Amino acid sequence: MDLLKEDYKVVLEVFEGPLDLLLYLIKKDEVDIYDIPIGRITDQYMEYLKLMQVLDLNIAGDFIVMSATLMLLKSHMLLPVEERKEMDEEDEEDPRWDLVRQLVEYKKFKDAADHLEDLEVHMENVFSRESEHVELGAAPEVDLRDASIFDLISSLNDALGRVQEEDLQEIFAEEYTVGQKVSYIVENLKVVKRLSITDLFTGMRSRQEIICTFLAVLELIKLNRIAAVQDAHFGHIVVEPREPEENPSAESGAIEGALL
Amino acid sequence: MSESTVDILPELKQIVGSLLFAAKEPLTIKRMRKAMIETGNGFGGPYEQYAKATDQQIEGALEQLQEDLEQAKVGLGVAKVAGAYRLQNDATCGPFVRALLEKNQTMRLSKPALETLAIVAYRQPCLRSEIEEVRGVSVDAVLRKLIDMQLVRVVRRSELPGRPWLFGTTRKFLEHFGINTIDDLPGSQELKRARPVDEKKQSTETFPEMEAELGQQNSAAAATEAESAAALDEEIQQEES
Repeated sequence: MDLLKEDYKVVLEVFEGPLDLLLYLIKKDEVDIYDIPIGRITDQYMEYLKLMQVLDLNIAGDFIVMSATLMLLKSHMLLPVEERKEMDEEDEEDPRWDLVRQLVEYKKFKDAADHLEDLEVHMENVFSRESEHVELGAAPEVDLRDASIFDLISSLNDALGRVQEEDLQEIFAEEYTVGQKVSYIVENLKVVKRLSITDLFTGMRSRQEIICTFLAVLELIKLNRIAAVQDAHFGHIVVEPREPEENPSAESGAIEGALL
Repeated sequence: MSESTVDILPELKQIVGSLLFAAKEPLTIKRMRKAMIETGNGFGGPYEQYAKATDQQIEGALEQLQEDLEQAKVGLGVAKVAGAYRLQNDATCGPFVRALLEKNQTMRLSKPALETLAIVAYRQPCLRSEIEEVRGVSVDAVLRKLIDMQLVRVVRRSELPGRPWLFGTTRKFLEHFGINTIDDLPGSQELKRARPVDEKKQSTETFPEMEAELGQQNSAAAATEAESAAALDEEIQQEES
C-alpha cells in the first residue's frame, strides 16, 4: 500500500526514468527542448549514469536503452546533412524529433501529475459525511456486475473487523472446515436465490469461521458454481448460483471430498 | 405523519440542503428528485408542487445553496464529486477537522504513482504499453498498486494481439481527487489526443506518421472511447436507481 517510500531507493536527486533525467538536464542547462544540443546532453547523461554506477544505484535497463538512443542521435547529428538525408529518405525530419515528442509529452503528464498532487493535498483537508453503517434489507434489484477479488477481500476485511479480538491462549481443534462451509453455502442457495456476503458473515464469531466461509466462497467461484456480483462499485456483494449443473449433488460431494 | 402541521412550505434550496445533510453518501439529482416525488405523492396538497421539480430547478437550488453557504461563511459547501452532490467542509478548516477525526497522518501518492495515474486518467482506456511509452519506464508494479488501491481498474481486454488489458480510472479516483468528471481535469482535451502540440518546429507532414505509430496502439482505445463514456453514464444511472 505504501507507494511513498518503496519506489524511491535513494535520497539523492532521483530520476524515475531516463526521460526524467533528460528533462532535468535540459532544465538545468536551460536549453530549448525543441533544439536539444544532443552532444552536450549525451555527455551529461552518460556522466550521470556513471555517477549512478559509482553510487551503486540500480540502473534500470530503460536508462541504458536511452543512452543507446542518445548515442545514435549523436552519430546522426554528426553526419553531414546531405548524407543524413540519404540515410533516411522517407522521413527527412530531424532525427531528434522522436525524442523531443516523447519529452514534451512526458512533461505534459508530469505537469498533470503535479496538478493531481495539488488536488490530493487539497482534498486532505476536505471531509464529507461518510457512511459506515450497513444497510438493512434486501439488496436493490438492479443490474448486477461481477465483483472483483478486491471487493471480496474488502468484504472479508469488514467481516473480520467486526469480530472481537480472540483470547488466544488455548489451541482448539478446528471447528470449521472449508468443505463444511461449501455445503452450507450450496444448501443455502438452494433455498434463497441470493445471499449477501454480509449476511453470510453475520453471526460468525470466530475469525476461523469467517475465513473458512470466505475460502468456500472463493472455491465455489473458482468451480463456477456461484457468482459474486455487486450492484455498484464498492456496493454490497451478493453471491448467487450459476446455471444448474448436470449433476449438482454428486459434484458438491466431490468438492467436499476434495476439500476435506 | 399524515396530517402535516407545517404551515410554511420550504424552498427547494432548503430541501436539497436537508437532503444533503441527512444523506450519508453523495446524492445525485435523480435521487433528490425521487425523494421529492415521493413526498409530493405521499402528502399531497401543497406538497405536490415539489413532485414537479425538474432536474434543472434542483441543480439551480444546489447552486444557490452553495452560493449562500459561501457567503454566510459557515464552513460548509456543496461539491459535486463523481456525479453526485455532497456537503463538505471548507478546505481552510481542514486542519481542525483532521485533528478532530485524528486523521493527521494521511498517505500521499508517490510521483511515479501520480504520473501513471495522470496518464491513465487522460488516456483511458489505455494499455500498459502506452503508459510505459510516455513515462519511459516499466510501470508494472506501480500499476498493480494503483489497482490494489482501487484508483485504477481493468476496463476490458483490447482487440490487439495478445489481448492486453485496457486500464481506466475508478469512481474512487474521482472521489480521492474531489473531481466530478475526468473532463474537469485541466487540459483534458489536449492531453487526451496522442499528439504533441508543436507547430513551430515541425511541418504537419510528420503528424500522420506519428499518428500511425501511436494509432496502432490507440486504435482500439480510441474507437471505444465513446462507448466507455456511455458505459460510465450507465454506471451512474445504475447507482442512482
